[in-house]
Order: sequence, then C-alpha cells, then structure tokens
Amino acid sequence: MSETATGNVSSKPVLPDGLVVVVKEECECCRMVAPLLPRLGAAVYTQDDPMFPPDVAAIHDADLAVSWHHDIETVPTLMRIENGEEVERTVGWLREDWQRITGIADLGAELPVMRPGCGSKSVDPDLVDSLRARFAGDVLKARHIEIADLDDEMEVLFDRGFTDGLPVVPPTPERVLRMLEGTTRAPDEVVAVVPPDLVEVTVEKIAINAVMAGCKPEYLPWVITIIEAICTDEFNIHGVLATTMPVGPVIICNGPGTRAIGMNAAGNVLGQGNRANLTIGRAVQLVVRNVGGGVPGGVDRAAHGNPGKISFCFPELEETSPWTSLAVSRGVPEGANAVTIFPGEGPRCVVDQKAREPEPLIRTFASCLRTVHHPKLPLGFDVILIVGPEHARVFADAGWSREQVLDALHAELQLPGSEIVQGAGGMAEGVPESLRDATLPKFRPGGILLVHAGGGAGLFSMIVAGWANGATGSIPVTRVVQA
Amino acid sequence: MARILLDPTGERTVTERTQLPRPAALDGQRIGLLDISKPGGRVFLDRIEERLTREGAVVTRYAKPTFTKPAPVDLRHEIATNCTLVIEALAD
Repeated sequence: MSETATGNVSSKPVLPDGLVVVVKEECECCRMVAPLLPRLGAAVYTQDDPMFPPDVAAIHDADLAVSWHHDIETVPTLMRIENGEEVERTVGWLREDWQRITGIADLGAELPVMRPGCGSKSVDPDLVDSLRARFAGDVLKARHIEIADLDDEMEVLFDRGFTDGLPVVPPTPERVLRMLEGTTRAPDEVVAVVPPDLVEVTVEKIAINAVMAGCKPEYLPWVITIIEAICTDEFNIHGVLATTMPVGPVIICNGPGTRAIGMNAAGNVLGQGNRANLTIGRAVQLVVRNVGGGVPGGVDRAAHGNPGKISFCFPELEETSPWTSLAVSRGVPEGANAVTIFPGEGPRCVVDQKAREPEPLIRTFASCLRTVHHPKLPLGFDVILIVGPEHARVFADAGWSREQVLDALHAELQLPGSEIVQGAGGMAEGVPESLRDATLPKFRPGGILLVHAGGGAGLFSMIVAGWANGATGSIPVTRVVQA
Repeated sequence: MARILLDPTGERTVTERTQLPRPAALDGQRIGLLDISKPGGRVFLDRIEERLTREGAVVTRYAKPTFTKPAPVDLRHEIATNCTLVIEALAD
C-alpha cells in the first residue's frame, strides 16, 4: 500500500531524516534498483504507479509536489537528509555513490557500475508549465481575468482593448511563468515608469505583454532592456508616442545574442517572417499600450502613423559587415548584446545599381538623405541609413571605415542657405530668410546612424527618418542587454 | 471551469477630480499662461494676456522647456502655487 503526499502546494514539503529515494515505475533504471530498496529503510516516493516499487511502502507523489520542490530532475534520485536538510544526493545508478550514501558496502554488487536514470515526471515538458503555475504561481501578482466557458478568449482580449489590432497569445499563468524563465530578474522588480500614464512596470507585466506578442522566453531580456531604454528622459517615449508625426521606437539589436535567439539580419530583414524580430518589437509596443496607456486616439496623436508602430525591430548584420557594429561605435564593448532605440518612421529604399566607387555612392546616399522629411529642413531630424551588403561591398573594396563613410556623408550634406530659405524653389517651407547666406548641415554631428543589414543580392539601401532630435525631442539610446 | 488570464495593464486606479467652479469674474484673478514651446504659441498667448489684463487679471507667463515632454514637476508646482487659473497654449 502507498500513501499520498499532501501539503500546501506552494510550500516545500519537508523530507524525513535518513535516506530518501524518488522513483517512477516507467524508468528502467528505477526498476533495476527497486529490489535494493527494502534493504535501505528509506522513504521512497513514487511518481507514477502508487504500487511501485513492490515490497516497499512507497509514498505516492501524485501531484509531484515533492519532486518539484526538491528539484528532482532525474529518477532514481537518492538523497540523505539530516535535520531536515539535504546533505547528499546522487542521480541515476552510480554504484559507488549509492554504497557511500547508504553506508552499505556491498549494495548492488551484482549490478553494473553505473546506469543513467530517466527524466523526472516533474520536468516532463508536457507537465512542467502547469506544475510551475501550481507550485510557483504565487510569484505572479497581476490581477486575474476570468474567461467564462462560453467566451472566446481571443475575442475577450480584443474587446478589452489589449491588442494592437492583431490577435494576441492569451497570457495564461502557465505561459507567463514560462516566459519569466527567460530572465534572472525577479518578477516583482520594477523596470521603469511607462508614459504616458507614468505607471511602474514590473518584470511580470512585461512578461505578460511578451507572451501576448508571441515572444519566446529567451527574447525577454531584450524586451526588458528596450523598455528601460525607451522610458528614459533621453529617448522620451512620451513625446514619440504623443507626436502627430508618424514615428515609433525603431529597435536595432547587436551582439552574438541576436544570432542565438534566431533574429534575421539578412534577406527581408525589415519584413515579415522572423519571430524574434517581429515579436520583440511588438512586445515593446504592447507594454506602451497596456501598461503606459498609450493608445491611438488617446495620447497617441499620430496623423498617419506607420506599419512599424506595430513592430520595428531588427539586428545588424555583423558577420559580413565591413565596419564596427553600431553598438560598438556607440561605446558598447565588443561581443556584448545591446539595443539601440531610435524614434523612426517607416523605411524607404535607396536604389543605386551603377556606383562601383565610394564617392558616387556617397552622393546618391546624400541626395536621398537630403529629402528626409523635407529637402529644405536642416538639423531637426536624425536618420538611420541601413546599408545593404552589396552597397557596403563598394566601401569595403575601397577600404572605407564607418567614420570615413559618415564624414563623407556629412561633408556632402551641407545645404546652402539660398536653396533652403522659405520660398526658395517655389516652396513655402524652409529656414528663415536671415539664413540665406549661411551653410547649414542637413544632420547634426552624430545624427546619421549607420547600420549594415539586408539580403546578399540587391544594390539597395534603406533610410529610416527620425523625429525632433536632441533635448527638444528624442535622443537615440543604446543599452547593454542584461540577462 | 473558468480560464484565467493575467491582466496586461498597469492596473491603475484613476483619481477622479471634479472641476473647480467657474470664477464669477476675472478681476483680481492670478492667471498663468503656459506656453508649451511650439511655434506660434506666443502669438496666441500675447493676445490672451492683453485681453485678460484689460479685464483686471494679473497674468504670469510660463513656458515648458520643450513641447515634446510633460511639464516638469517644479513648473507645475510653481503654477499651482502662484495662480488661481491657468491657460495652456496647446500647439501651433
């Protein structure tokens, strides 16, 4: 006969002093050691068959509380407990270990020297999420929303205004706890104060929105760091959200972690098809919407917006880049994972299929960059220039560094006052007449962010225009990603 | 059994405030005019100041450092301390 282990689900069951063994009938290694157990006088916990092992009064760990709370990953596990504390543990069958821990010198002499155990039921991928919710769910503090049996949870999420207009993954406690496995930060840690409502956002709230966006747990540290970065006075997400201009946070990721989580820096880098690129950016916008309260028609006053306000996140193509990465150029140590946040509108294409030398390509870039927001408006806006690999090769072949490219662009983008004063060219927009004799740079120093990304075929690059720059508006922010 | 989802919002409780009663007269009121620093705001506020002063109000001008960010706490406090009314020039 067996008894069933019971207790408070969220507290760690106390194990009796002496030897403790955790087994399951399904495991061959457990069946092999089963005949030894009556000799041990051990407390035996069985995960599956309550009648296993035979000849031992095993305790049925029916809800796996003992296995979960004592971190049993492999069966059989043999432990020795003294004064309620575990002092020794071995997993699987290691004859030497079992003999030492039990103090029985000839224990299992007839068995092989070692045999690996099996996975504990408490780490079974089919069970682990519900076990985590059951035994560790009390770390979650978010309010519960009950979905009635007859309600469609997807529709409830739409109806409550929690989505960006696309369906979201329902944030169940199981999914949120799994998401939280992606970070070492505590669920109740406050990450930032999110505009426009100025609400403190915890790691848990970010995890909930990351689940909804479709993120994997390994994306979570990136999302958390991005939230920290956008909620700074420098980046000013309040203004980026509230403006009538069509901008949102554009996120550029750097470092080996971008490859580890499967981001796409190559073909269709700014397009559809990659989960990490799309869901990281989406999670950030869902946090602004749901936690910060920033919704279109509310504080978001964009006249047009742009599709990137659902998600605009991509990594730099570092492996084949002729240049130091954007993050390194902005002071991040080589090899670190980092994000750079830019207030940007939608991307557009620069075509030049003829240039084979740097100088004519610089002139093409400058000519297109000059039109950012208006060809007669200098200095007010920063820009990202995403150079495609085929264009980058032109600079690589000539040995041009990042700094040389930027210096040449800035030199080419000096605007004569006579061309940009109000009324010049028959256009009312422009700078005051008093600046007619001045020469003004299109971009402030540091106002061009150079990034290498895109597919291997196509003599194209991309421009992402910014928003009111500097202390007036938004300053791009770069942050190292914390685990 | 009902399914449980977790609330993705800030779970904010909004403080409800009632509007102050409309002042019976402008005479003697201390009125702050807040320029959010958008182009053109000053033109509007100059005209408002002129009219309010004529009505006997005492006008003080304030400005946000930039239109893209909320007014700093100190500025809000100063206005609240010194003024009985405030008018904001919202945009150009």
